[in-house]
Amino acid sequence: MSFPWAQQYKPQSTVMQWVDERLPLPRLVYNAVGAGYPVPRNLNYFWNFGVLAGVALVIQIVTGIVLAMHYYASIDGAFNSVEHIMRDVNAGWFLRYAHMNGASFFFIVVYIHIFRGLFYGSYKAPREMIWLLGVTIFLLMMATAFMGYVLPWGQMSFWGAQVITGFFSAIPLVGEPLRQWLLGGFAPDQAALNRFFSLHYLMPFVIAGVIILHVWALHIPGSSNPTGVSVKGEQDTVPFHPYYTAKDGFGLGIFLIAFVVVTFFAPNLLGHPDNYIPANPLSTPAHIVPEWYFLPFYAILKAFTVDFAIPFTGIILVPAKLMGVLAMFGSILLLFFLPWLDTSPVRSGHYRPLFRKFFWFGLIPCLVVLTYVGAQPPYTQWVVLSQLGAAYYFAHFLIILPIISRIERPLPLPNSITEAVTGKPLQTEAVAETPLRPAVA
Amino acid sequence: MVRLVAFLVGVFFSGMLLLGLGDTVITAIKEPAVPTAEHDFYEKPLAVSFAHDGPLGKFDRGQLQRGLKVYSEVCAACHGLSLVSFRNFADLGYSEDEVKAIAKGWKTEVPTINPETGEPATRPAIPADRIPSPFANEVAARAANNNALPPDLSLITKARADGPAYVYSLLLGYREQVGYKNAEGKELLKEFPEAATPPGLNFNPWFATLNIAMAQPISADDQVTYDDGTKATQEQMAKDVSAFLTWTAEPKLENRKSAGWAALGFLIIFTGLAWMSYKTIWAGKKH
Amino acid sequence: MATVKDTTGTPKAPRKATAKAAAGNDAPVMNGVPMETATKDGEGVRRRDFIHIATVSFAGVGAAAVAVPLVSQMSASADVLALASIEVDVAAIQPGQSIKTSWRKQPVFIRNLTPEEIAEANKVAAGGLRDPQTLAERTQPGKENWLITLGVCTHLGCVPLGAAAGEVKGEYGGYFCPCHGSHYDTAGRIRKGPAPTNLVVPEFAFISDTIVKIG
Repeated sequence: MSFPWAQQYKPQSTVMQWVDERLPLPRLVYNAVGAGYPVPRNLNYFWNFGVLAGVALVIQIVTGIVLAMHYYASIDGAFNSVEHIMRDVNAGWFLRYAHMNGASFFFIVVYIHIFRGLFYGSYKAPREMIWLLGVTIFLLMMATAFMGYVLPWGQMSFWGAQVITGFFSAIPLVGEPLRQWLLGGFAPDQAALNRFFSLHYLMPFVIAGVIILHVWALHIPGSSNPTGVSVKGEQDTVPFHPYYTAKDGFGLGIFLIAFVVVTFFAPNLLGHPDNYIPANPLSTPAHIVPEWYFLPFYAILKAFTVDFAIPFTGIILVPAKLMGVLAMFGSILLLFFLPWLDTSPVRSGHYRPLFRKFFWFGLIPCLVVLTYVGAQPPYTQWVVLSQLGAAYYFAHFLIILPIISRIERPLPLPNSITEAVTGKPLQTEAVAETPLRPAVA
Repeated sequence: MVRLVAFLVGVFFSGMLLLGLGDTVITAIKEPAVPTAEHDFYEKPLAVSFAHDGPLGKFDRGQLQRGLKVYSEVCAACHGLSLVSFRNFADLGYSEDEVKAIAKGWKTEVPTINPETGEPATRPAIPADRIPSPFANEVAARAANNNALPPDLSLITKARADGPAYVYSLLLGYREQVGYKNAEGKELLKEFPEAATPPGLNFNPWFATLNIAMAQPISADDQVTYDDGTKATQEQMAKDVSAFLTWTAEPKLENRKSAGWAALGFLIIFTGLAWMSYKTIWAGKKH
Repeated sequence: MATVKDTTGTPKAPRKATAKAAAGNDAPVMNGVPMETATKDGEGVRRRDFIHIATVSFAGVGAAAVAVPLVSQMSASADVLALASIEVDVAAIQPGQSIKTSWRKQPVFIRNLTPEEIAEANKVAAGGLRDPQTLAERTQPGKENWLITLGVCTHLGCVPLGAAAGEVKGEYGGYFCPCHGSHYDTAGRIRKGPAPTNLVVPEFAFISDTIVKIG
């Protein structure tokens, strides 16, 4: 589907026409990211991050493929092969640092993209499918990043693999066999490393496939916008190309500057020193922490300290460890239900005074706190903060959002995107942008 | 239905967390955390600056050569440098012949086999060889060091937080434990009488557990004689070897920074052009 | 480039229209047909086109620059290049014997020629050969009995036979490649079969009486 006023693809040459008639790929690209895709004219810079996430994936795939030409997935050789890349392979240090920091930047971009969606209600009808596919991509990314972090076979790689697969052992009955099945042994070893490498290579292409579905689903209703008001007519949109290709080009420049600054001047800023120590199955690092992008979830995992038990009987219904694991997975899975938890008909947080307060003064601080305490040792003050933060996180999505959707009185919405942009009532502007403009002037 | 289930799940998780919070607070009041010597007396690395610091920093070749001398005369007896090859010393400013001479004269020879008999043997190193480890294997290393394993130093400055400063501080951090006071004036053995260093270990507040197996390696001025005439004070030797170990961990540091400036310069121009392009295209279009 | 040029016309039209409308200029010019306005405003179009072209070209240069490390990472790494020379002790090789050793991960034949083999090699008029070379050109002066060649057939890269005891030496008493039947003589020169050139003699030098440095 597209808007009726979308520009039609016209081949620029006989060659393109020949191709288009046989395989309408040029047409597909034109309608997807070219002039044939009408986009609301009022998108702000937060709408750059979808394209940037795509760029980040491309960076990861390209650098990853070349790194795989030098890496060997062997418990004796993996660490040294990474150092061989860093020291002897031509430009290897650049490729490895770019891949390592590229993962972090991929997550930064995707987190901003997700928060954009959360604030502007991009998950609401008719865009639920885009959101569901997006959360799926996020889950796949987390799995890919985790397995990638294991590959250098440093101390954090090894103990990260040990701890994360340990989650599964919390599951009653099948937990331990499941964990052994995942690892192909009793502890992370050659079998685990090999399969993680295989899957780490495969998953980005699965992600790319789901991204195609995500973008396809996006093109059914078209892009959302900061007002949350649906597109009413041609005056509300501009063609993607050149308007948003140009804006994305500028956004890409800013993104790459940030990426280059970290990759070339502080490449180990976001990593952990312990991963420069070769894996040692006999000695655990003093303080195991995951990569920064997993910290909020790690904080939620650690926040559960009491068993769910029948008081005074000592019968434990759900042990704290299992609850932590369930909550950690639950904290991501609940995002799948978001379109049905937030029932407010108003999409954009701009016009939702109560929602906006909870977003800026509840959810964002809560995640900042969780990220911070996720990296801290289990001292009382950090445990208390993590418990407060995690409690708010679940309350926000599962209790507060459904309630404020009911009781909130939204601010008046603009009649159209154009009205919101120009501040003029719809009629005048609608006329002003048609060829009849002289009559108005 | 979705919202009802969500509400119940939310109440359950949040409720359990708040219960846990209560539990944490009560436990903290009932059994307050016991202070530990490691927590109260561990010292953060000292502030030290190097020529290679900062986005424009470059290695000081003379310092790296002095650091190599400290490493080879002091550290190399116990610590390996297994990721570095002799040929890499050309980066320190040595000529091809000098590198060959360093390799040939290295105290530890390269393990090989006797081509006639197949018996284990050693041969002098050549530039293509990695620096040979002082011990044949971990068991041998532990046996020679009171069951402590001297870590390989190739990546040590990247494998420790604030690595170069950590190495520098650790080398200079050996103290007499009796009567030792920290900056706040607290005396260790008065506060924690049980924290006395066990025999076989050495007191060093810049080490995480305060007690390190390594005996003080740099203990006197002029322990090493520098070829360039620099006075070999203890600080100088510690600093030089820290700089050298920064190089062993990140030999491409200079390439990285110069490539970074080129990339940054390019991207700033590109972004400026893209911005002008963007503004031109959107000119007059309210958004 | 074509797309950039084409599309600039569209967005610039409203700007002109708005600007003129704000200035309260005459209406007829602002008929809202983009292409028409674009052609009238020649100077502006060229300047704007220049910006878009510069931006896109710059992006292209950047992409090309990024391709350099992606391509160069595949060429031999520093540790591989460091192994480019080896030293071999040849003291134990008796006349008539040869050994195989490995240089740059390729086999190298080191052969101590007997006087008869040297004589046989020198008997042939070099000019009549497929790849004319004399034995003297393929060995070091004073060390003519030491024939050092790569053990790689110049046809398609198989390892010829003849270096190890008991192997077929071919019709000319040198080496014989079993893959496609190339025969080399006692100077390692191609004499029969499909190989186009003689066995390659690597750069080598005797650094002592018995130690030869290859590469």
